[in-house]
Amino acid sequence: MTAVETPLAAAALALGDDALVLSHRLGEWAGHAPVLEEEVALANIALDLLGQARTLLSLVGDEDELAYLREERAFRNAQLVEQPNGDFARTIARQLYFSTYQHLLYEQLATAGGPVAPLAGKAVKEVAYHRDHAEHWTLRLGDGTQDSHARMQRGLDALWRYTGELFEPVAGLPVDWSTLREAWLSAVTGVVERATLTLPSGPQTGAWTAGAGRQGIHTEPFGRMLAEMQHLHRSHPGASW
Amino acid sequence: MTTMAPDTGAQDTAGYEAAFDAAVAADERIEPRDWMPDAYRATLVRQIAQHAHSEIIGMQPEANWITRAPSLRRKAILIAKVQDEAGHGLYLYSAAETLGTGRDELLDKLHSGRQKYSSIFNYPTLTWADVGAIGWLVDGAAITNQVPLCRCSYGPYARAMVRICKEESFHQRQGYELLLALSRGTEAQHAMAQDAVDRWWWPSLMMFGPPDAESSHSAQSMAWKIKRHSNDELRQRFVDICVPQAASLGLTLPDPALRWNEERGQHDFGPIDWTEFQEVLRGNGPCNDQRINQRRRAHEEGAWVREAAAAYAAKHGKATA
Repeated sequence: MTAVETPLAAAALALGDDALVLSHRLGEWAGHAPVLEEEVALANIALDLLGQARTLLSLVGDEDELAYLREERAFRNAQLVEQPNGDFARTIARQLYFSTYQHLLYEQLATAGGPVAPLAGKAVKEVAYHRDHAEHWTLRLGDGTQDSHARMQRGLDALWRYTGELFEPVAGLPVDWSTLREAWLSAVTGVVERATLTLPSGPQTGAWTAGAGRQGIHTEPFGRMLAEMQHLHRSHPGASW
Repeated sequence: MTTMAPDTGAQDTAGYEAAFDAAVAADERIEPRDWMPDAYRATLVRQIAQHAHSEIIGMQPEANWITRAPSLRRKAILIAKVQDEAGHGLYLYSAAETLGTGRDELLDKLHSGRQKYSSIFNYPTLTWADVGAIGWLVDGAAITNQVPLCRCSYGPYARAMVRICKEESFHQRQGYELLLALSRGTEAQHAMAQDAVDRWWWPSLMMFGPPDAESSHSAQSMAWKIKRHSNDELRQRFVDICVPQAASLGLTLPDPALRWNEERGQHDFGPIDWTEFQEVLRGNGPCNDQRINQRRRAHEEGAWVREAAAAYAAKHGKATA
């Protein structure tokens, strides 16, 4: 797999891999959700993200070659989206951090023009729904029972160190990254405080995470996720499905 | 029909019963606030609940392949299908609730084994082709069973079925198309498709239930127009539909006795292994334990989430949640 690293390819791979990998994680919830309504909601979000991934990857090359035949080191998604689902609170924390980011990012991209603008313009409506879903659950869990409050706080704390990477500039994306970070921090703070929770105060990144996913350096669970995702496709080289 | 339920003495019941019988005879719909015989209500609760449970348990064998789907297009189709099944479960629980039961109570009965789900979902999905075989055969059998339910005498159930059948037909075509792609693909893919059809054919025929002679609920359900056709009639219809479809798929059906009967104008087919059917119903199928345990685990592990939502709603009012 030799994706040409033009700025457009870099940008589409970063955004496309984010959507592909998070979609996969949400797909793992199917049949395991806490209420039937969440079976529908999580599958719905997974499907939206998969649709976005397909559009974005197709800007770079063949969507299936890119999804199924790249090794771990060639994926450009942020480490946040590859984090295992954990309990429902951790999944919601991941959704809150990511969908707030994605919504603000796509709003900027939709108005900035360029090849990603049409996708961003369409996806921003889907992502607004994902963000609402994550916000409402953050409120319910944070301001629900003592147990749900503690779990939600643990989810936010555990994933905090993966949030800094979201604001590492991606080549080819006409985005003001520092404005994006400020807007994100303000939006997430608002929700977290309304949910009677505390925004983690530690570093948003570390030497081991700074921009790492975007450079193809991932966390251990990611390779296992890809092994499962790619196994069947790789077992039948050249086959059509 | 708009007859209200009686709240006075038993001497009035005969009049209501006559009105109910007349409405059923005239093919009118019975609605939730209408009077209905207790046994009619109980039969419907049993049937609709079992149907709803089947949608929910039926997500598992297919969800088993979401993370391994071999192309992004197929993965999207599969996620959408599993999502639809959860939605069908929700419609059906709502329909059951119009009969005076609650979703929590029904789920309890599923989890404790007091209510059943379709025996077909106790079979494992061992290869990707099984996803196609489920779409083509299992959904195909379900549609054959369910299309007549769109005319069922109980209004809420009939209306749920109209919507469900539309989506199921779509899934069925997608399953067929998946198998066709495999059948026309590499030798290994073709073999995978044939193996899946070989494993799913007989269990699909069992979905129509026991032979007419042994079907305990059939006669009453037909009299009430909950059911419109007998098990054996629908099974025969299904076989007749599948034979030419298998031929166009380039796949065979695993039944040496299967052949066209000119005289009957229908296909003859071999005997069904009813011992296997009874074993699966008794809980001894390949995946009975696994399916029910996963469902219970999802429910138990989700209890704190449901409690949190309830606590939040109590604090803030449901409208803000």
